[in-house]
Amino acid sequence: MKDIKLGVGSLAAFALAIAAGTATVAGSKEYTLPDETAALTKSDDAGYEKAEAVCMACHSVDYITTQPPGKGKDFWSATVNKMMHIYGAPVDEADVSAIVDYLAKNY
Amino acid sequence: MLDRRHIIKRAGGLAVALASGQLSIGRAVAESVILPFDNGERPLATYPQKRPLIVLTERPPQLETPFSVFDEGAITPNDAFFVRYHLGGIPLDIDIDTFRLEVGGKVNTPLTLSLQDIKAMAPTEIVAVNQCSGNSRGLVNPRVGGGQLANGAMGNARWVGVSLKSILDKAGVRPEARQVVFEGLDTPVMPQTPDYAKALDIDHARDGETMLAWSMNGTDLPWLNGYPLRVVVPGYYGTYWVKHVNKITVIDGVLENFWMNPAYRIPDNSCACVAPGTKPDKTVPINRFNVRSFITNIRDGATVRASTDTLLRGIAFDGGSGIKEVSISSDGGKTWSGTELGENLGRYSYRTWHTNVKLPAGSHNLLVRATSRSGEVQPMEQRWNPSGYMRNVVESVRVHAA
Repeated sequence: MKDIKLGVGSLAAFALAIAAGTATVAGSKEYTLPDETAALTKSDDAGYEKAEAVCMACHSVDYITTQPPGKGKDFWSATVNKMMHIYGAPVDEADVSAIVDYLAKNY
Repeated sequence: MLDRRHIIKRAGGLAVALASGQLSIGRAVAESVILPFDNGERPLATYPQKRPLIVLTERPPQLETPFSVFDEGAITPNDAFFVRYHLGGIPLDIDIDTFRLEVGGKVNTPLTLSLQDIKAMAPTEIVAVNQCSGNSRGLVNPRVGGGQLANGAMGNARWVGVSLKSILDKAGVRPEARQVVFEGLDTPVMPQTPDYAKALDIDHARDGETMLAWSMNGTDLPWLNGYPLRVVVPGYYGTYWVKHVNKITVIDGVLENFWMNPAYRIPDNSCACVAPGTKPDKTVPINRFNVRSFITNIRDGATVRASTDTLLRGIAFDGGSGIKEVSISSDGGKTWSGTELGENLGRYSYRTWHTNVKLPAGSHNLLVRATSRSGEVQPMEQRWNPSGYMRNVVESVRVHAA
């Protein structure tokens, strides 16, 4: 990283850098991610809110919405199980079938 | 990164974006691209230090390079370079004055190195392609789960850093060493989630080419590409190019964590493939790229002028033997004609190519096929595996000559 000389132009550039999502104080820098926008398809099915709650604990839901469509229940069941048993997703066993149903129906 | 020229350029870009936003807010919101497979619509978004890129996922960010970028030349600009993370806890605050690389495990002298210490060592430089294992997964047929990418999870950059060998030599690798494990600043959200760590065999780690890079195309690494330091493994898939690397551990065994096994495995055979829909009996960690080539200046479905010279150009690369030739066919692969290769930036780099074709009026399917110096040729039929890795089938572009 290059040192920032605090001339007027540099200050303006510094302010713009903050606006653009990176900021620097001495060697310390910050990065600001854009706001999250991905959302699951709304549904009255019980699995919708449960899926939203547990999936979004760790990742944005575009991980779900971008999957190949119509992969079916086996695919989503395997995925939910992988999330629970490999990644430690906080899913109640009692909620698994509702979540899988919702995902298989909508994606 | 906070290079003045860069900031001013960004500021200009910002002003333009704001001005056009005022004129056409609806259009800005609706900005998206459609990748060439089912459910392929993706938003375009501008992240700090990046131009508008194709958003695969937002948290953690996974951004794909719009394919037109590859027509800009052999080097992929930093602001267009793809982004791939695994874990939700990406570092958002880094102090390079306090940043330290820890080198430990089966070494004589464990090290704690500042970025200054690392930059004081003899630098090394290489132009090398980084490609995601799942690049082009969305095009695999039958479709498989995972990140649904088109062909934009790859890029070619000039990396400057220090050879991993020199770091390991400084620490003094003990004779029982078998692998070197890399970890970065990113962390899992849930404590149960396996933290990201990848390993290379000790001889590979000490080959003098594997490096720790702090510079990409002449400037600091972009944040999302691993600032301030990342592993560069020329010719190998991106999964080994650990970003924000801050810990290197020499071990006397073979790393068998989730990210080495079962993740990132390919069928243990010469094609890394199985019959579609089946599972391999035996797998190995994904490793070296296979050979690929692309036409970059003509979009699928484009119209070109009939019976006159049409310029075709593009890129090719392989796992490190270098590109021997790139050929074009307009008759479904019955006959091939050679192309002229561009400047050679090294055997791990994209190699540009160009040629002219004269097409009679009508519809044509242009095929592009590369051959590596090691004799590997792109296959005419896709090779399938359950994870959708290593796609390298001959690419085709449909054109209409009129």
